[in-house]
Amino acid sequence: MSKTLFEKVWEQHVVVPETDDTPTVLYIDLHLVHEVTSPQAFTVLRERGLPIRRVDRTLATMDHSTPTTPVRKLADIDVVGPSAAAQIRKMQSNCEAFGLPLRGFDSDERGIVHIIGPELGATQPGKTIVCGDSHTSTHGAFGALAFGIGTTEVGHVMASQCLLQRKPKTMAVNVEGQLPDGVTPKDLILAIIGKIGVDGGTGHVMEYRGEAIRAMDMAGRMTVCNMSIEAGARAGMIAPDETTFAYLRGRKLAPQGSAFEQAVARWQELATDDDAVFDRKVTIDASTLSPMVTFGTNPGMVTPLDQPLPAKPADGSWDRALDYMQIEAGKPFAGTPVDVVFVGSCTNARLPDLQATAKILEGRKVADGVKMLVVPGSQKVKAEAEALGLDRVFTNAGAEWRESGCSMCLGMNGDTVAAGKLAVSTSNRNFEGRQGVGSRTVLASPQTAAASAIAGCIADPRTYL
Amino acid sequence: MSAFETLTSRTLVMPRADVDTDQIIPARFLTTTSRDGLGQSLFADWRYLEDGSEDPAFELNLATNAGAQILVADRNFGCGSSREHAPWALLDYGFRVIISTEIADIFRSNSLKNGLLPIVVDSSVHQALLQSQCTLTVDLADKTLHIKDGPHAGLSSHFEIDSFSRYCLMNGIDQLGFLLEHTDDIQRFETTHDKVSPA
Repeated sequence: MSKTLFEKVWEQHVVVPETDDTPTVLYIDLHLVHEVTSPQAFTVLRERGLPIRRVDRTLATMDHSTPTTPVRKLADIDVVGPSAAAQIRKMQSNCEAFGLPLRGFDSDERGIVHIIGPELGATQPGKTIVCGDSHTSTHGAFGALAFGIGTTEVGHVMASQCLLQRKPKTMAVNVEGQLPDGVTPKDLILAIIGKIGVDGGTGHVMEYRGEAIRAMDMAGRMTVCNMSIEAGARAGMIAPDETTFAYLRGRKLAPQGSAFEQAVARWQELATDDDAVFDRKVTIDASTLSPMVTFGTNPGMVTPLDQPLPAKPADGSWDRALDYMQIEAGKPFAGTPVDVVFVGSCTNARLPDLQATAKILEGRKVADGVKMLVVPGSQKVKAEAEALGLDRVFTNAGAEWRESGCSMCLGMNGDTVAAGKLAVSTSNRNFEGRQGVGSRTVLASPQTAAASAIAGCIADPRTYL
Repeated sequence: MSAFETLTSRTLVMPRADVDTDQIIPARFLTTTSRDGLGQSLFADWRYLEDGSEDPAFELNLATNAGAQILVADRNFGCGSSREHAPWALLDYGFRVIISTEIADIFRSNSLKNGLLPIVVDSSVHQALLQSQCTLTVDLADKTLHIKDGPHAGLSSHFEIDSFSRYCLMNGIDQLGFLLEHTDDIQRFETTHDKVSPA
């Protein structure tokens, strides 16, 4: 019988099939753990006297509460505040107590959990991957089934390497044509969320397909899959291909030598069969897209940057968001003054994102009065960027260059946007207060963020290419 | 997890759509390493004014809503971050039931594992519940809602819930125990799976 990519991966991980009365016991190949959503799970293990079943299938790091200023010794973390520092210390002691290697401050492999999984080669096609973090959908870019879970489930995976799950539905997102110059994977995913809505994918695993997806590098595919959750989807997936295999070849935790070639042969079987049926299908034409930005307080409120904002719907559903954002419907959005620019997060902090940012910033200056923060996704991305001299491009332009972490995406570590200030951000959520109490967020691509930093207002990156 | 069978309570009506988990519990409160005490930070940015006093206009602060254990929200409640702190905060505050036309996947899953019952209703029942506060009985055994007073008194509605989740909720069962009963199956699975897909 013909199957989708999702169905193939799912079926390979069923330990106990579901019945009317009980869900599937689904095996998890890789569990990513970070400091914010794990402490209460460790407590449950401790209370019940349980070990972590598969330390070798668990990858732990710290990213959310960590400072982006240099940390040489653990005492330095106090700069973030006592509770964040306590959480970081708890992560260290929990990992030590349970024999779990931690990619902590002394590790070159520390970084945002969704950046380091792929970077290390731990993220692989056909795997089931979970983490107590909704942006786990990122790893679907490799043809893995990857989704976010809560802390109770973090405990379930630690104790049993399994989850209890009902099988989700499937949704094909066909992206026809090619993205025009200056239009990026970030613009594409914002356009998709705008089209189907922030609840358009609820209950579904989305598979991104089509010409524009096949042409994307892995960084772009990860950006797209990353924001699947912003459309409400359980996960996003892309069938693995030569681009995927080339990315993984030689990575530290990927299969090595002949084992890699055997793995590729297996991974090639994962693509959705030609006549497989999806529960839902949507189609979007990439060639008609412009750079996209959000203007409201959820990621579905998006607009092409080169057009005025849409008119307000009569039902009043935008009123609160427009009031919060201090903007008017029907007016041009480009040209709106910007206070802060953030390039970073699991959505857009990989090396190609930083290269695209630097390309626009090179030889230019961040506008007076604009604070720009560039936060690499991992310490490895940081080192690679510095080897290419990108850090100097950023600092010469007047931007701040930091240590890796989630940083201003959610401001847990003290990197926040002040109340009332407007931030153009390459992150994934523009919810009220997401980047700090009263902060106003405009989600955009790294290119749009860089252009806006130079212009001092929301600006079309195509002017600077 | 405390068992859930039936509950009769006043409803708290929050006619807001797409309420995300960042609103339910803002990120700055996630540095805790415990599950307890999050109720005071529930909806913090909507609930408190800049000086820390309660915003008298916010739903949670209305005297008529005091003690309500059932939250009726507009569509797509709980979207965004997977933070289980969201149901922990709602429960700690005193809510036991969330009703909407749509509830985000991860939030729903997290709620069910903590004794917070997420209920999806059709739009006509939803409109009735959004229209005015009422006393509502939620019967998990019967999978029904009964409006006890107000303009829609007498209205009853059936709701769907995954049978396993319902069983666990009604008996206060923690799902980890069920998973661990399958340890032999898991072991057997790993014997072959580890060869195909090694760690």
